Amino acid sequence: MSMKVSTRQVDGVTILDLSGRITLGEGSVTVRDTVRDLLAKGQKQILLNLADINYIDSSGIGELVSAFTTVKNAGGELKLLNLTKKVQDLLQITKLYTVFDVRDDEATAVSSFTK
Amino acid sequence: MADSTTSRVSYTLDSTLDSVNKIEQTAEQYAQRAGFDEEAIPYIAMAVREAAVNAVLHGNAYDMGKHITASFETTSNDLVIRITDQGPGLDPSTLPDPLAPENILRGSGRGIFLIRSFMDEVNFRKLHPGTELTLIKHRTPAKSGT
Repeated sequence: MSMKVSTRQVDGVTILDLSGRITLGEGSVTVRDTVRDLLAKGQKQILLNLADINYIDSSGIGELVSAFTTVKNAGGELKLLNLTKKVQDLLQITKLYTVFDVRDDEATAVSSFTK
Repeated sequence: MADSTTSRVSYTLDSTLDSVNKIEQTAEQYAQRAGFDEEAIPYIAMAVREAAVNAVLHGNAYDMGKHITASFETTSNDLVIRITDQGPGLDPSTLPDPLAPENILRGSGRGIFLIRSFMDEVNFRKLHPGTELTLIKHRTPAKSGT
């Protein structure tokens, strides 16, 4: 039921590979804490790989939005990679799909960050 | 197990996230038994989860002295789920529109919107104290007699 996250660096971009569920009391806190820790370390170019996120609820959506604005306010960029159809549909319904920079190719996504 | 066309079950649960998970799983099972397809079931379960989260978090505020109830009913036409809390009461007319430009970047406030997006009917009823939220999904005509 819980969410797992692993972190890697590619050309100055921090990629978070997330798997599982981003929901109230499960993944949402993990996303918040992980992004906060990255910003504290000065890592402000963040790519969230959601390929293995099979479920997200309104709290999870809210957490992605909060992460997006927190990183932006810190002078960084947060982008989304590899959305499943379900997550993509949710972002469309909530009109957030165009708020986020959504990518489906990792190399292109990494090179799109401001250097 | 009761006949899927007439079955009804109710639970009284603590105001915890474990209760939310139990309600979500039960909704998934009932949606399956009611004949909804693989595409629809996760969205029904999500709507019910959002209602349960609302009851636990915003209604009862995790107060262990208060309970939530969840009832699941399958009629020949509908899947009907009712969630109640013992909180201060929710007036849906006061909820901000999460799609409005000034709200789009808010970190919360999308739960009821998602429920309304995924269910056919959503009704609020004020209790004394609390709120009853009724979620209805119409069964497809082809499946209604199964």
